[in-house]
Amino acid sequence: MKNYTYTEKKDTRSGFGAGLAALGRTNPDVVALCADLIGSLKMDEFIKDNPDRFFQVGIAEANMMGIAAGLTIGGKIPFTGTFANFSTGRVYDQIRQSIAYSGKNVKICASHAGLTLGEDGATHQILEDIGLMKMLPGMTVINPCDYNQTKAATMAIADHDGPVYLRFGRPSVPIFTPEDQEFQIGKGIQLQEGKDVTIVATGHLVWEALQAAEKLFANGIKADVINIHTIKPLDDEIILRSVKKTGCIITAEEHNVLGGLGESVARLLSTSYPVPQEFIGTNDTFGESGTPAQLMEKYGLNADAIEKAVHKIIKRK
Amino acid sequence: MSEIKQLEDFIIQVRRDILRQVHKVNSGHPGGSLGCTEFMVALYQKVMERKEVFEMDGIGEDLFFLSNGHISPVFYSVLARSGYFPVEELNTFRLINSRLQGHPTTHEGLPGVRIASGSLGQGLSVAIGAALSKKLNNDAHLIYSLHGDGELQEGQNWEAIMYAAGNKVDNIIATVDLNGQQIDGATKDVLPMGDLRKKFEAFGWEVMEIAEGNNIKKVVDGLEHAKSLTGKGKPICILLHTVMGHGVDFMMHTHAWHGKAPNDDQLANALSQNPETLGDY
Repeated sequence: MKNYTYTEKKDTRSGFGAGLAALGRTNPDVVALCADLIGSLKMDEFIKDNPDRFFQVGIAEANMMGIAAGLTIGGKIPFTGTFANFSTGRVYDQIRQSIAYSGKNVKICASHAGLTLGEDGATHQILEDIGLMKMLPGMTVINPCDYNQTKAATMAIADHDGPVYLRFGRPSVPIFTPEDQEFQIGKGIQLQEGKDVTIVATGHLVWEALQAAEKLFANGIKADVINIHTIKPLDDEIILRSVKKTGCIITAEEHNVLGGLGESVARLLSTSYPVPQEFIGTNDTFGESGTPAQLMEKYGLNADAIEKAVHKIIKRK
Repeated sequence: MSEIKQLEDFIIQVRRDILRQVHKVNSGHPGGSLGCTEFMVALYQKVMERKEVFEMDGIGEDLFFLSNGHISPVFYSVLARSGYFPVEELNTFRLINSRLQGHPTTHEGLPGVRIASGSLGQGLSVAIGAALSKKLNNDAHLIYSLHGDGELQEGQNWEAIMYAAGNKVDNIIATVDLNGQQIDGATKDVLPMGDLRKKFEAFGWEVMEIAEGNNIKKVVDGLEHAKSLTGKGKPICILLHTVMGHGVDFMMHTHAWHGKAPNDDQLANALSQNPETLGDY
């Protein structure tokens, strides 16, 4: 059992901001757009260094997506920034026609995904964005787990030719991945080797999965823990290899269980290697106001919930 | 032969292409296509500086974006007859396995098409993005776009109109095809849009009108004038007054042919009003 610790908590959106700033220094084609949320998206440093390559579009997300699509036609690599709800649901048709169907090299960067926007409540939260984006042909969907990985992902997607949805959050979460870890789109990362149960998690629930695995280990249950930072394309190989060893799987995400990572995994398993599966996620519901920690507790999106699900699924093997 | 006569011959042949495309598959949008023929021919045959070989990034040439994608028959005909792909390919319009989808798309790799359009109201934003890219690339070429008047009912246009003026995107010439018709009837009955000239001006655009949008000379002159207005800190809007269905008497002045194909007899009648000039595909 590997030991995972952290010395610092930081928000993943700051990882995005740091990655974007680094791209500003290294890739002259990268441009950024924002719909009146510069501070929330941590875009300040990129803007300070590259004022000519930043476009403030105001509170007009549909126009932002179209302008981003147009910028690619001159060879630019646009990164759009706003909250996840306004990055996806509000502008689904614009993304569908002008970006995905048109095959444009736009990076849709979405902060405050899931419930963790907290007190602002359901209008500003979104639990359907992964589903909306993964259903679009040609769209890559990425949901990194901590500051370091979000920074690495931000830099990696600039080199990927095609539309990408990059999802990150508002609250500070533990930094536990190495600063120099290479980000490979579509490749899951094995965090713990176990034999009794597979836990695949995405986003900040990866840390919760590690916490759950630690408690389970103390009770004699060895969990295989995998960080699925790329939901589409899904790393079929790492998941199948694990379930063939463990015979059961938990998926964990801050997203509706309808349409998220869990469903992608279920499709894979049902066609390749059916095993019992439990879903950690929200259950066909909108969010509500509350602190992020309260919401994680109420909606069952933490280490305790994962641990309970493991005890349940092991009986189903 | 005078240049205008050459353009007129081209226009008649494009009209024939439009009618034959929609007739063959019994679907498509002839009305707006016929009304915009002079504009499209003027752009591609006379006004735009463009490269012979199609490159998606369009660096070093003028670019055109069709926002009201349903008038694909005129777009495809003008692209094919301007050398982007074989004219015979117009035979595949709206058929299975074709690059000529009902509404234009980059998805099938058709040369000349740089963005998918069909779901209305998105083209001006894309054109602005391309115009900004030209500025970043220090490329002095221009961006042209075409929009239906009914299409302006989509709110995204007004986000884009605000942005372009507010950010001095002055290398764009956006044309509104003012034919006053949409699927369900006259635009003034479906959703009145008021005084579009005053609206664009109030948003900070330089507005000019082409009163005879189906007179090739007037269209060319109007576009040349529009070019002279670029680079002065304001985006340019052309209000292009056209007649839907122009060139076919029974299709004119009605919304009935917005999205309907002629039958065999109607096709023969329509073609007889536009005798072959440069050869059918």
